[in-house]
This record gives sequence, structure tokens and C-alpha cells, in this order.
Amino acid sequence: MSVSPANTGGRWRALPTYGLKAGKLIATVAVTFLGLLVVTFLIGRVVPVDPVLAVVGDRASKSTYDAAYIALGLDKPLYHQFFIYLKQALSGDLGTSVLTKKPIIEDIARVFPATLELATAGIILGTLFGVPLGVWGAVRQGKLPDQVIRVVGLVGYSAPIFWLGLLGLLVFYAKLQWVAGPGRIDISYEYTVTQTTGLLLIDTAMQGQWDAFRNVLAHLALPAVLLGYFSMAYISRMTRSFMLAELGQEYIIAARVKGVPEWRIIWVHALRNAAVPLVTVIALSYAGLLEGSVLTETVFAWPGLGQYLTNSLQNADMNAVLGGTLVIGIIFVGLNLLSDLLYTVLDPRVRRRT
Amino acid sequence: MTNMLQVEGLNVSFPSRDGPVRVVRDVTFTLGRERLGIVGESGSGKSQTGRAILGLTPASATVTADKLSFDGIDLRHASAKTWRSLRGPRMSMIMQDPKYSLNPVMTVGRQIVEAYRRRGDATRTDARNRAVAMLEAVQIRDPERVFEAYPHELSGGMGQRAMIAMMLIAEPDLLIADEVTSALDVTVQLDVLRILDGLVRDRGMGLIFISHDLRLVSSFCDRVLVMYAGRVVEEIAARDLHSAQHPYTQGLLNCLPQIDGDSGPLQTLTRDPAWLA
Repeated sequence: MSVSPANTGGRWRALPTYGLKAGKLIATVAVTFLGLLVVTFLIGRVVPVDPVLAVVGDRASKSTYDAAYIALGLDKPLYHQFFIYLKQALSGDLGTSVLTKKPIIEDIARVFPATLELATAGIILGTLFGVPLGVWGAVRQGKLPDQVIRVVGLVGYSAPIFWLGLLGLLVFYAKLQWVAGPGRIDISYEYTVTQTTGLLLIDTAMQGQWDAFRNVLAHLALPAVLLGYFSMAYISRMTRSFMLAELGQEYIIAARVKGVPEWRIIWVHALRNAAVPLVTVIALSYAGLLEGSVLTETVFAWPGLGQYLTNSLQNADMNAVLGGTLVIGIIFVGLNLLSDLLYTVLDPRVRRRT
Repeated sequence: MTNMLQVEGLNVSFPSRDGPVRVVRDVTFTLGRERLGIVGESGSGKSQTGRAILGLTPASATVTADKLSFDGIDLRHASAKTWRSLRGPRMSMIMQDPKYSLNPVMTVGRQIVEAYRRRGDATRTDARNRAVAMLEAVQIRDPERVFEAYPHELSGGMGQRAMIAMMLIAEPDLLIADEVTSALDVTVQLDVLRILDGLVRDRGMGLIFISHDLRLVSSFCDRVLVMYAGRVVEEIAARDLHSAQHPYTQGLLNCLPQIDGDSGPLQTLTRDPAWLA
């Protein structure tokens, strides 16, 4: 009996054990990343797009074609090609886009901030509304608020987002003029803002261009609300079921026995426990949004990752597609890693098992 | 003896597909500053009786009573506010299994402090000191460390004592102990009983001791209620338990092995449907 000597501290006193855990995590990430590279590499070899033709064009002479063939390393055995691919990928070289004639990495660095800004705004809205609504639904289980939240969530989850997007543009932009139309910023501002981070809200704020800031906000509002609504539907649903599970636990009764006020039981006792699995739900929703919601970006002419990838795919620009896939893979791995780390912070039981 | 708690005709029923299931039927008893044992098998309604007194019956169930009063307060129509003022400082319950009844993501100390601060506006350090002292009072050798520990870092016996400390720190007048010793080994059981006994004696607390362990109850309590299928079938002074009248109580007693008894097969309980009438 008695207490384990290693880990009796508060939440942060367990930090030293994170060192070992971090090592393990890095190893896991490295293996996952390698697997990801193998997949993207193999896809690149399997698709019926001739990478040589993509470089030299279909009117090149035989000698030019052969020279490019060798320059691309395609005469070498497959494992050797993979090794080259690996080396290039690790040094940040994902090849050149056929469409834009620029390095893929540069293209992605240009389009990704647009997606990042939209996705972050979306997930913040989704969490800010989704979690309290889910908690409310769980507390009023089966009552009117619960039903209303469920129906609202169901609509958000099942209505096609492009349809909601078009409808939103029609109502709030065309008719009511509450928000700005498609795009990230009005053309009049486009060249006055220097893009340092690529996140226009931050860039305009840092440069003190408040008119531009408001304009960016007006453009961002509608798509962000839509993505937020979409993730809110899912997050509130999950919050509700996690909360219901926690509210049925014995420790909730114990807290009632102690005379703890109901708000504290809900928001402190139950939610702190429900937060543990919820972190994963939110992180994966965020990853889903970061992938670039193709439909939303198309409807709102949002120059983000989703649109870039769709464009590249339609033009058989394989380097761009594979590079983008790799980036998305990295985002997923990264966010998974982050939620794992948060898990350890939130749940003392996990901390011990490392 | 003044009656702190009066229960008359208490009924608890849960809805089911085949109509309501009555898990507590017409239970009537009173409690002063004494140790009252409630015994019975699993499902006999002991725990639900205890929870009904604290107003903690699940929302799906229906509770009715002719009388349910604590210190002159009618509990049947108590508001949420009244309940909050009662639970903790006035009445409390130690629950069965510390593994489930302590919040896994809060330190033991925080949970005890939370219970103490319900009494009034104690300062942070004050509450902390009281909590540590309370842990010491329940025979925890290393109270500072247990204070900082999370529930999963404690053994069953330690967890149970931490639970007892948490439920007693507000110094309730009425304590319901629901199978508190069932999950513990015998030596720890005795420790825990000693702690409870001391509290009844020193603080004049009323104790309802719920258990399925007939022998333990008869040696520890003043009075015993024997429950069967939601009903109190017998109420008897603990020292007279060996001369119990009801065939169910006798049957339970006969199921217990005797060290100096004959070594033949133990009797099993034969149930009579008439007990339910």
C-alpha cells in the first residue's frame, strides 16, 4: 500500500518524466513519418502520369527525354530512388510544380497560411460553442434544450457545406451586406499589406492597418462561422456523450454528498474528466479543417491548401499533390502528438504509465 | 434519546419495462446519536435507503415517504438550496469504493479541501492544514504525501481512509457508511471501524452502517435493521441478534461458518415468498 514515490507531485511536477516520454514520442513520429514518405513515394511511382513528360513536355526529342529520365534518377533501382526522395524530402525539397514552376515547398508556404487562418478561426468558434452546448445538452438530457441542440447540430453535420456557403453568401453578403464576399481581402488592400506571417489578421494588426484588418475579418467571418458550425456540431455531440458518461459516475455522487454546488460539479468535476477524450476530438477536427476544406475554399474563392491541391490534382501536377499529401500527413501526426501530450497533462493516470 | 432522523413509509421505485420495480418498500425507522446497522444481501435496498435519505436517488426513480425528516427539516420537499446546506456539514455518506468515488483527475487534497470549504470561508492554508490533520486522524502515516497524491496512486485501504477523511472533515451530524469495509482486508477493516467508532463517541454523531456482513454489524452497531427485498423484515438490538425471530435473519446466521461448529456442509438460505407479503 501507500503512495508511489516517483510521482506524487502536482500536475507539473511530473515534468522530468516527460524527457523519456518525449524520446519515445519522437521515435514514434519518425517511424510514422517514414511510413508516410514510403506511401507518397509509391503513389508517385504508381500513378499513370509520366514524371519525365511533366518536366520536358510532350514535344521533347528522344535525347532530351532520356537525359531528363536519367536526371530524375528513374534509371536507378526503386530503393535507390526512394533514398534520393527521402534525402530531398528531408532537406525540404519536394520537387517543382509543373503548374506554377515554383518549388512545391514555396507554393505550400504561400497557400497554407490562408487555410491555417480559416481553420483556426473555425475550430475556435466550434470549440467555444460546441463544448458549452454539449455540456448543456448533457445536463438537460432529453429536455427541450437538448433536443434543440441536437437538431441544430444535426443540420450542421448533414447539410452540405457548399450549399450552406452559397446560401450564406446570398443572404449575408448579397442581400444584407453584413459580410464581405469571396476571397481573403479586398483587392484595394491586397498590395498595401505586407505578408510576413501570411495570416492576414495578424499581419494587418501588426502593421496597424485597422481598415484592412476589419476588411479581412469581414471576409473571414462567413467561412469561419460555417466551418465553426460544422465542427461545433461534432464537438457538441461528443462533449454531450462524454459528459453523460462522467455525470453517471460515483465520484459525482460523492461530490453531491459533500454539498458541492451543481455548477461546480458540472464544470469542474465532470468537465475536467470529459476534457481528456475531448482533446483528441478537437485536435482531430482541427486537423480535418487544416487539410483544407476543398468545398468551402472553392465556394469562397479562398486561396488555401484545399484549393491548391484540387487544382494540382486536376492538372496531374503530381509533385504538388504528393507534397501537399505529405504536409497534411505531418499536420495529422503533429496534432496527434499534441493531443497525446495534452492527455498526459490532463490525466494523471496516463502520466504514471510512461 | 432524541431522534435526529425519522423515516416513515419510505418507498423507492425504479421504472422498468414491466412497470415500476420497488427497491425500497415501506421502510420505517428512527435514528438518534447511535450506531444503526442495516444488513441484507445485494439488492435488498440498503444502499438505496441510504441514498434516499441524502436525496441522491437517481432522477429516473420515484421516492415517496409518509415522513422523512432530519432535525425537524422535511426532506421530502427540500429545495436544492436546503440540500446544499445539509449535505456536507450536516449529513454525509462514505461510499463503497474509493476507486470510483474519488475524482480521478483531482488530487486527494483538493477534494478534501473542497469538502471543508463548504463549511464557510476558510482560508487556503487553513483548509490545507485541516485536511492534513484529518488525514492524520484517519491513521494515514504520511498525510502530506497523500494530500498531494491522485486517487489512483493510493491503495484501496488508503483510498478508503482518504474518502472517510473527506466525508468527515465537515463534521456531519449524520453519517451513512455504505459498505465501507467490504473492499478492505481484515486488518484495515478494524482500523476503519475504530475510526468510525471514535467519531460516534467523541462527536455524538449518528451513524447508519450499511453492510452485508452480519457478524461485523452485530459486533459494531447498537441496533440492526435486517432488510430483504426492499423491506425491513426485522429490527433488533445488536446483542440479541443470535436470538433473531425472522426466518430470513436466522437463515442468514445459519449460513455463517462457525469455527467451533460441526464441519458439515453449510446451510443455504431457503426463501419463503410469504416474507414479501
